[in-house]
Parts: sequence; C-alpha cells; structure tokens
Amino acid sequence: MSTTLTNDEIERYSRHLILPEVGVKGQEKLRDAKVLLIGAGGLGSPLAVYLAASGVGTIGIVDFDVVDVSNLQRQIIHSTKDIGQPKLDSAEAYINGLNPFVTVIKHNTRLDSDNALDILKDYDVVADGTDNFATRYLVNDACVLLGIPNAYGSIFRFEGQASVFYAKEGPCYRCLYPEPPPPGLVPNCAEGGVLGVLPGIIGTLQAMETIKLILGEGDPLVGRLLLFDAMKMKFREMTLRKDPACPICGENPSITELIDYEQFCGLGPTHDEPKKETSMIPEISPSALKARLDAGDDVFVLDVREPHEHDICRINGTTLIPLGELGTRYKELDASKEIIVHCKMGGRSAQACAFLQKNGFENVTNLSGGISGWSDDVDSSIAKY
Amino acid sequence: MPTLVMIPTALRKYTDDQSEVQIEGATVGDILGNLASEFSELKKHLYTEDGTIRSFVNVYLNNDDIRYLQQNDTAVGDSDTLSIVPSIAGGSI
Repeated sequence: MSTTLTNDEIERYSRHLILPEVGVKGQEKLRDAKVLLIGAGGLGSPLAVYLAASGVGTIGIVDFDVVDVSNLQRQIIHSTKDIGQPKLDSAEAYINGLNPFVTVIKHNTRLDSDNALDILKDYDVVADGTDNFATRYLVNDACVLLGIPNAYGSIFRFEGQASVFYAKEGPCYRCLYPEPPPPGLVPNCAEGGVLGVLPGIIGTLQAMETIKLILGEGDPLVGRLLLFDAMKMKFREMTLRKDPACPICGENPSITELIDYEQFCGLGPTHDEPKKETSMIPEISPSALKARLDAGDDVFVLDVREPHEHDICRINGTTLIPLGELGTRYKELDASKEIIVHCKMGGRSAQACAFLQKNGFENVTNLSGGISGWSDDVDSSIAKY
Repeated sequence: MPTLVMIPTALRKYTDDQSEVQIEGATVGDILGNLASEFSELKKHLYTEDGTIRSFVNVYLNNDDIRYLQQNDTAVGDSDTLSIVPSIAGGSI
C-alpha cells in the first residue's frame, strides 16, 4: 500500500523520509500521534517547536498563563509582540506558521486532580515541562493510571534532568523521588534563576525522546536519569529502578486515584490544619511602609534576597542578609526593634519572619508583595526582575 | 584515599560553592556523615531530623542508587564517585 502522506508532506518531511529509522511509516506515525505538553514555558517552547516541525500531527498544550516580558529570555515560542497574550494563543500562532499540518489543541486551564485524567486520556505521550512539584506528581500519577509515557525534563540554574517515566516498562517519578521537598527548601526558577539556553537543551532532549517513543525506535530514557551540567558541559547517567514498594506503580499500590497534590506537597491549606507559619505573620503594604518611613518611624527594614538580586535594585536604607545566611547571622539583628522583612515577592521574607519569630523576635512584619510590590505601588523607578 | 562527591547546584551554597568535594570514608554512610560534619549547613538538607536521608534526595554510587545497594553500608572504593541528586521542579516559569 502506498503512503497516505500528501505530496506536500513528502516534500516537507523529505529529510525524515530518507532515514530508514523514520521513513514513510514513521512519518505516518508522527502525523497520527497526539502529544500533550504540560506548560508552554521554558521546556514547552522547544518541545512545541521541534515536535511541530517534525510533523507530530496533534499537539495539545495545557497552560493558563499570559506572556510576560521576563519569559522571553528562554521561552522561544513567544515573541515581544505577544506580551500580555495567553501563551496558548502565541504558541498556536507560532506552530500554525511553522507547520500547517499540525493541529493544536489548547487546554486553557490549570491542570488539577479533577481534570487531569480527562485531559491526558486522549494523548499517546505526555511531555512534562511544569515548574512545580505538585503538578509534577499529578502528571506522573495521571500518566501511571492511564498507562501513558511521560517524557520528563526539569531544570535549575545551570543543571537539568531528563528521563522517560513509563510505568508499563520501567520506573515512574515516584520510584525516583517518593516525596517532594518541603516548600521553601528548594528555590523555584523565579527565585533561583535559570540560564535561558538550558531549557532549550533539556526541552529538545524531551522532544527527541517523545519522537523515539512515537516511532518505537532506539533506546528511550526509560530507567535512566540523564543529568546535565551546563557549566561543566557534562552529561551523566544514573540507573533508575522500579521501586517494588512504589505507592502508585509498585506491587501493592496504595494510590489508585488522583490525590490532593497541593496538600501532598505541603502547600496546604489542609482541612484541619491551617497554615500556621504564615497566618501568624503580620503584613504591611508597600504604601503603608512608605508612609511610615516618610513619617520618620524607627523601623528596621531587612532585605533577605541574594546579593546578586540586591545588585539589580534595592530599597534605600535597608540591610541585606540573604535568607540562607539568616540562620547564622540573625543575632546581628536587634530583637527589641520592629523589623520589617522583604524579598522579591514576599515568599522568602515570610519564611524569614517565621524563623525570626521562632527565635524570639516578637515584632516582625512581612512586606507584602516584596520589592516588586514596592515598584508597583511606591517607586516605579525600581526595576522589576 | 578520599572519595569524590558531586554536589548538585541547589546544595552548593552549603559547600562554599564547590561542585565537587573530596571526602574520606570507607562506606557511603561514613562519607555522607563526614560531609555533613565538614559542611554543617548541608546536614539538614540531606537528612531528616531522625537521621535518614531525605526522600527527595538520592545518592548514587557511580551510576547506582544506594537504595538498591546496601544503602549507607555500601562499601566505597578508591575510584568510586558519590553523587547527590535532589529533585528539581523547574521548567515553565
């Protein structure tokens, strides 16, 4: 039987068609495949671009965010003209421009336990490029329950991880990491930073693995964790094993349906235990703090960001002690004074307040919205980063 | 002979920004214990309060997860490398 590819498709994909490992049959598989990208961000961008160029016939994308100027340093599917637009729309426009043979399905929602199975069930491969642990575990569990392979990638600063979690053939994400870190122990990208090229490297690895899974060719990263260090320019490979005691893909699974992942990742609020750490911390708005400083109130403003953030912008008259150093340096502070703590957005400063409270500081207040809020409400000459 | 221990980016601020350190010890447990004594801030990121390795941190002897070897009792030879690999979640933001 001759190919069902059209002449236009044959021309477009000719470099694939002359590869024996792809050929006409492989290209038909790609065209008939449905791949779901979780997130149209740093990893999702190169994934979407290469999968679309390669001729994956249906690309679904789950995202609910809009394009921000700070995304453009790495999220190459979006452009300056797209700022403020839904990421789904700019990704769709890019894909349509690149390859009209691709159908884009837009899932404009936050993936959660109520919708995940319904969204994922129609896809052949899932490529996870999310930015938080709750969604990582949700995507893993949904893929295990549905029997779908997950081309996984994750990044931090200059370091990346990639694997394929496919419970039918090997370990899942929970076999690798049974539990997430508690909130605050590991900084996210917004706090930790990421070199723009890095998601390009890890995302294209995910794209390669996705295509191999569709073609059924080569050795996918099932049972292997690839570690990439951009600074050393080194790849290393760790052997992963299926954990017989894995709560979802093990011999006696205790998880048989999706759970509450926010709670699982310690992000609360749980039903019977209100979030103690932050509920006890008083907050002050940027404009209220400005008024108090202008009035000459004797308040001590503590900046708990990192020195390189302090180099970008600062509020005059503040003292810098990075959150990570607070544990050894808090005795430099005067517990008899009122201390107002700020960071970039308010998250790290809330942790700092909780820590200071535990160590005998009775008069600590968190600056809501951090220096970013200060820029919005008080002083627009302060750069937002 | 000390063993080479690879420190992940997320934990380097607790090892004076070193990505690799040389630590003495005959077993994985000895080496991790000595590592935690040398870099005291690292300890709470590696261990829970009851002294077990945190579940979002994996330790590999060369390419193998110590959970599938003899855990802390795994013997470490001269040419072996120990790697600490925590989970990272970044991607989209």
